[in-house]
Amino acid sequence: MAEDYTKVPRFMGGPAGWISIVFPAVLFVYFMGLLPEVAEVPILRGMDWVPSLGIRLSVLLDGLSMTFALLITGIGTAVTLYSSRYLGDHPHYPRFVCYLLAFMVGMLGLVLSDNLLSIFVFWEVTTISSYLLIGFNADKAVSRRSALQALLVTGAGGLTLLAGIIVLGNVAGTYEVSGIVAQGDLIRNHPMYLAILLMFLAGAFTKSAQVPFHFWLPNAMAAPTPVSAYLHSATMVKAGIFLMARMNPVLGDTPVWFWVLTIFGGVTAVFASVMAIRQTDIKQVLAYTTLMALGTLTMLIGAGTHYAISAAMLFLVVHSLYKAALFLMIGIVDHSTGTRDANTLSGLGRAMPLTAIAAALAALSMAGIPPLVGFVGKEYMYKAGLGLEGGAMYWVIAMTFAASALMFVAGGIVAWKPFTGKMGQTPHKAHEGPWQMLAGPLVLGALSLTFGLLPDLLGEYIVGPAARAVYGPHEDLHLHLWGGFNAALYLSLATFAAGWLLYLCHQKLRGFLARFEASNPVDFDAGWDRLLDGFKAFAAWQTALIQNGSLQRYMAVIFATFIVLVGGTYLFKGAFDGAIGLSAAEVHPVQWTVLALIIVGAILVTWTHSRMTAVAGMGVVGIGVSLIFITFSAPDVAITQLLVEVLVVVLVSLVMLRLPYLPRRSTKTFRAGHAVIAGGVGAVITFLMLSVLGSDFDPRLTEFFEKSSYPDAHGRNIVNVILVDFRALDTFGEITVVTMAAIAAYALLRGIKKSTPDEKET
Amino acid sequence: MQSLILTTTTRLLVALLLVFSVYALLRGHNLPGGGFIGGLIGATAFILYTIAASVDEAQRALRVDPANMAMLGVGVAGLAGLSAGLAGQPFFTGQWFFLFASEGNEGIPISSVLFFDIGVYMAVFGGILTLVFALEQEI
Repeated sequence: MAEDYTKVPRFMGGPAGWISIVFPAVLFVYFMGLLPEVAEVPILRGMDWVPSLGIRLSVLLDGLSMTFALLITGIGTAVTLYSSRYLGDHPHYPRFVCYLLAFMVGMLGLVLSDNLLSIFVFWEVTTISSYLLIGFNADKAVSRRSALQALLVTGAGGLTLLAGIIVLGNVAGTYEVSGIVAQGDLIRNHPMYLAILLMFLAGAFTKSAQVPFHFWLPNAMAAPTPVSAYLHSATMVKAGIFLMARMNPVLGDTPVWFWVLTIFGGVTAVFASVMAIRQTDIKQVLAYTTLMALGTLTMLIGAGTHYAISAAMLFLVVHSLYKAALFLMIGIVDHSTGTRDANTLSGLGRAMPLTAIAAALAALSMAGIPPLVGFVGKEYMYKAGLGLEGGAMYWVIAMTFAASALMFVAGGIVAWKPFTGKMGQTPHKAHEGPWQMLAGPLVLGALSLTFGLLPDLLGEYIVGPAARAVYGPHEDLHLHLWGGFNAALYLSLATFAAGWLLYLCHQKLRGFLARFEASNPVDFDAGWDRLLDGFKAFAAWQTALIQNGSLQRYMAVIFATFIVLVGGTYLFKGAFDGAIGLSAAEVHPVQWTVLALIIVGAILVTWTHSRMTAVAGMGVVGIGVSLIFITFSAPDVAITQLLVEVLVVVLVSLVMLRLPYLPRRSTKTFRAGHAVIAGGVGAVITFLMLSVLGSDFDPRLTEFFEKSSYPDAHGRNIVNVILVDFRALDTFGEITVVTMAAIAAYALLRGIKKSTPDEKET
Repeated sequence: MQSLILTTTTRLLVALLLVFSVYALLRGHNLPGGGFIGGLIGATAFILYTIAASVDEAQRALRVDPANMAMLGVGVAGLAGLSAGLAGQPFFTGQWFFLFASEGNEGIPISSVLFFDIGVYMAVFGGILTLVFALEQEI
């Protein structure tokens, strides 16, 4: 049946497909409608969500979030349309759509939130949905490993970010971004500034895959191609960039910020560009060029001048346009020819003319060739570099130069070589892709061209407002395709020359890099595995130490810990002041009798050799305790204690019947050790109870419950009113635990039954 | 082991215990009792029946799977807590209705708290019986 299902292509992927296409498209139109308004004044609205924790659901729509919102919904529409054909026949396509839409909502929430805590929540939504999307082909071990790696790396960064958010919230006294931004100077001069900065950067660097946390991103390419295009190049990995841009007015403009961001960003950009040349899988080439873009963006945000921020915002848009188009194009090529190997693919231009046009537009933009918008972007990066002073200027320009030249080469590898020359031998015969898959890359490519020819359109409505949101008020930004003969233009020309030379010898270069890689001992990916192995070995070691499978050992460890913690606290805090709140005269003769009964029961337990006698002895002790409760007129507690005692005796005797008869380990030292632990627990508890009685009784709670039990909760049994009304949430937790424990025990018992030897043989 | 005395007494005791467990549940708000205690008493009734007869017979008499009952109980308790949301109040705020109330007569109090307690009863009852049935079955 599944076969028929996959063979009938549904129009646009069926209902799931329509929903997934219409949802981002409608939002895109909606955001476009707000564009002129937001370009003038940011919109800020909100409502309380969890007022007791200071969490507000507040929306800040300024130039920065508008830029991201348009990218998310616009590229989202292209990607969902593309997926409806790319994965529309997949049996799990509706599930894929759910993950993708969850991601989209998370990402939109992240960029639109004005509250740091809700930013964190949405941040984690994108992490989790990314995990599900990378692992979409869950039957492949590679997918599962890559998904887990991405989850753990970005998740760890996310938790660090949460810590940073909480510290920042405490320093600023609010979690609202709009409120924190106003206190930038206070925070920059605060003693906790460095801690806050490092925690935020840990979150941003892991999410945006900066060296040394970069290794998860190329592995994330195990995801279906539309996911790579959407999450791992155009949107999610830019969440870290978004965070740094958002925080720039608060944390930016200090030497630490400047150097950390420019150095890490620059190193990431150049390292990634070199690695891109090394790859033969063209999807991996693109993965590394994404890293390069993320590094460049980090570096530019770190540089922090108005030119640099404008260049960063411009490059953000430019990169999303061309990179999403290129990824989608590669998906078409892969679908059509069955391979993504740069050495095999060539001469596809004739068979796939539309794909070739889309690829050419995007790649020209990536290489920064006029009149594409990529050229404008590159000019601005050089201008930003030239605007800096001293060593910083040389660093930024050198890094930009190296990365741009290598991007030129990468553009050639992914979009020139596969489409020109002689037709290569591919697993399938190449043919043009369907319109749903071509629409996205073509439109995105056309946009790269349009914005290149009319850069002011982009500058006035998108990049300008975004730069204002990040940098602060500044005169209007004017983007030009032709800025006259200046230093930036000469640098561009030099870049083309260098890029061209490198492209001509890129295959030799690749061989050289491959040899270098083989001899290079530093491998982050393998290091990650070793880290995980180390964790697992540590867990196994300490589990074997504490939980060796012997129940006696468990009990000994638990009770010894109890003695050390409670008794130790007692001794060192000097909690016991000698006041004992009970004298023998206060004890009623009936209570003496019950006490004698309890002692007899306890002695019976310790001296008997029969398990059943021991269980019965425990029962005597328990019933004695419930009798004590009755003498203190606490019938509720007494009934509960009695019933629990009865049930424990029943359950323990049932369990006893199942336990194996092991040889007794009753050596003298063994018994003595246990006697010490048992005596210790008894002594600690006794002292605890006596000194509690000796301390002053605080009657506030009792008075409160006595006063409000009937008027507020219509109940006269205070114990039960507390259980089901005042503290109902606790009780709810308890019954959930009871149920879970019962089900878990049931499953365990079932498991034992399954692995009995005679059943194994059958 | 079949004991005639145990089997005969059990018939009587099980019925009594079950009625008493519901009684304990309902009186709990004003007098000693409540869902937890009621659930324990109810469970004892079926444990007694299990020991006197067998797991299969106890299971047949109960009709529903105790694990399902426990989970249903957690669900009922959760819904009772959520009902406060309909009145726009925080989770687990007790909702009270007094049926047939008139001057000087409080009427019959029906509350979300009562349903919460019934949920507790079912969770405790079902949870313990799940354990006991599983343990007894294996022997």
